[in-house]
Amino acid sequence: MQTISQKQKSIHIVTPNSFLAWIGKFLLILIALFALFVLAKNLIAKPTLFAQNVLDGLKLGFVYALIALGYTMVYGIVKLINFAHGDVFMVGAFVSFFAVEFLGLHVWPIAVFPDINPLLANVLGTITIILLSMVICVLLAITIERVAYKPLRDAPRIAALITAIGVSFFLEYFGLLEFVFSARFIPYKRPFEEMTWYIKDGIHQVEAGVTTPPGSITFSNIFVVIVIATVLAQLFLQYLVRRTKIGIAMRATSFDKPTARLMGINVDQVISFTFGIGAAFAALGGVLFAIAYPSIKTLMGVYPGLKAFVAAVLGGIGSIPGAFVGALIMGQAEILTSAYVSTPMRDAIAFSILIIVLLIRPTGIFGEPEKEKA
Amino acid sequence: MKSLKILSILLIVAFLAAGCGAKAPAELKVAVLAPLSGPVPTFGNSTRDGFLLAVEEWNAKGGVLGMTVVPVVEDSQCTPDPAVNAANKVINQDGVHYIIGEVCSKASIPVSEIANAAGVIQISPTSTNPSVTVDANGVTKGYIFRACFIDPFQGLVGAKFAAENLGAKTAFLMVDQANDYVKGLAEAFKTSFTALGGTIVGEESYTANDTDFSAILAKVADANPDVIYLPDYYNIVNLAAKQAKEKGITAPFMGGDGWDSTDLDVVAAAGGYFTNHYSAEDPRPEVQNFVAAYTAKYGSTPDALATLAYDATNLMFQAITEAGADDTAKVKAALEAITFNGVSGTIKFDASHNPIKSATILKVTADGVKFEAVVNP
Repeated sequence: MQTISQKQKSIHIVTPNSFLAWIGKFLLILIALFALFVLAKNLIAKPTLFAQNVLDGLKLGFVYALIALGYTMVYGIVKLINFAHGDVFMVGAFVSFFAVEFLGLHVWPIAVFPDINPLLANVLGTITIILLSMVICVLLAITIERVAYKPLRDAPRIAALITAIGVSFFLEYFGLLEFVFSARFIPYKRPFEEMTWYIKDGIHQVEAGVTTPPGSITFSNIFVVIVIATVLAQLFLQYLVRRTKIGIAMRATSFDKPTARLMGINVDQVISFTFGIGAAFAALGGVLFAIAYPSIKTLMGVYPGLKAFVAAVLGGIGSIPGAFVGALIMGQAEILTSAYVSTPMRDAIAFSILIIVLLIRPTGIFGEPEKEKA
Repeated sequence: MKSLKILSILLIVAFLAAGCGAKAPAELKVAVLAPLSGPVPTFGNSTRDGFLLAVEEWNAKGGVLGMTVVPVVEDSQCTPDPAVNAANKVINQDGVHYIIGEVCSKASIPVSEIANAAGVIQISPTSTNPSVTVDANGVTKGYIFRACFIDPFQGLVGAKFAAENLGAKTAFLMVDQANDYVKGLAEAFKTSFTALGGTIVGEESYTANDTDFSAILAKVADANPDVIYLPDYYNIVNLAAKQAKEKGITAPFMGGDGWDSTDLDVVAAAGGYFTNHYSAEDPRPEVQNFVAAYTAKYGSTPDALATLAYDATNLMFQAITEAGADDTAKVKAALEAITFNGVSGTIKFDASHNPIKSATILKVTADGVKFEAVVNP
């Protein structure tokens, strides 16, 4: 009961008086109108360039979505912001790097079946790399959960949060050691060659050394791969959570842990499973991010991790569609800011959007007001 | 009587000593301050090797003005304090009048204060910070020189190459506004390229943490420039060049010596050019003779650090020869008027003691980095 009264009190403090609230809302509306004006002006001035930027924003947003899913799922189940998630993402990218560079795992289909269709060979090879990264990251995340978070399950939430930051630092600075991943920027070898098409009077392939005609919109097979992978991941997750037994167990655990335990659900297993699923998506995100931006380093997870976390909060942390929508908004905000305001401002504006949304809807776009359990 | 005897003996001894001194071959002590330990030991080893090769060659030719060169090698660790200690040691204990070093700007600057105050000539082979030769008030430190060009100079040479060799009319600049190195090169490029009749069709900034350059590159594709100038380090170049390929951008990227790394993605950056101090593939006889001599002595191809140390040492000896005496004031004057034909190019000094010299342009191809041209300013 005490928690409820505290919450009500805090709501009273946060609620500003109506006059100030009106000024605030008026300012926000002005900013929003100005932003819309800038976007509309640029859309009319150069529609193809605008479409190109939206397309690039989608690519970034889809990668953020994969990371944001992990944040939101773990938060939904154990109310923990898993700050080590961005570093699991980094490990995923590095595992794929080692698999491609040193093991050459991506060429096994051609080695085993020499007359295989090259497209099929690329798809199989890339999937192998992604699966390997996923397995390693799932093991890593479950280990982290068992070692660092499980003993603190009943401790105050802040203790687990600090531990998560500690785990994150451990992964980062352990990775920075010279014999682990080192502090260098490492050129990443893609498991498949990139191919680019441009849209202008139909879709044409970009030839090497030939400049695309002005006013065309380009996209690459990397974009296609990212979109397909993220959409499949999202669909799989929806299916898992809505239709399967483990999904029901996850939702039950999220809703009420003690009661779920009483109903015979192995809560520890469900939590481990959730961490594992989140890590698998982070690994997928890491591989796709490295393929899209092929230069990896040990601290590569920090910024994408932070932005995906913001995306999850923006969409309503704990909500799976929310993470997806929040990530798409973050991707657009970044690229459009970069294109029409200035690139060094991109993070500032992306984070300002978070503040504005949270001022209007403190629980995020899809978030439901938290039901406190007495 | 007795005191007179002692005095005469002393006098005889003194004359004998003086006579011996005149008869023995004269020595010229030259010190090298190199970071043999610390963060960049490979830089230090290359610098020392280049220095010792030059000393050996001059001694084989009979020394400098007939004096045998005695090398003094000190480890200055690329760090201010050890560098200052090493400088004090060679000046005060070894009585050295000529210093080659340091490699790192942050160590060269404190050494330059000591050397300049003591009237000791210092030539830094590779420190690019303007404060090495110029003090806080903008006054040139009289006894301090350097053998490498300073950073913005690369922008000038890059612009010249783009405009004259590539025939570029339009250029697009990508700049990290928080990085002085990048900013300096970009500013110099912009000024020179415009002066040569070119147009800057766009300038976009980014930050060092950025991985996504798609918005900038969309503008590049829209502006369709002849060259894209991106004078950042190889990691940014790798990302931007890969993403440019995906956007169907065929205009070559250009940059500075920040590209010079084995981690440069040559496939992504293929077709690009960057300015550097030297290339071992340069066909000029000075370069090929040096490469052959260095390889014979050390068994490896000299890098830019070894080359610049070799040039700095030869520059010092030529200046002493032209001055005609082991007198730092005269050597200083000789250096200010010198025209030195070195491995890394012909060196003359401007009023700030920065060399006006040619730069090497390297071309990135899918098979590696190749020598393209030498451009004079």
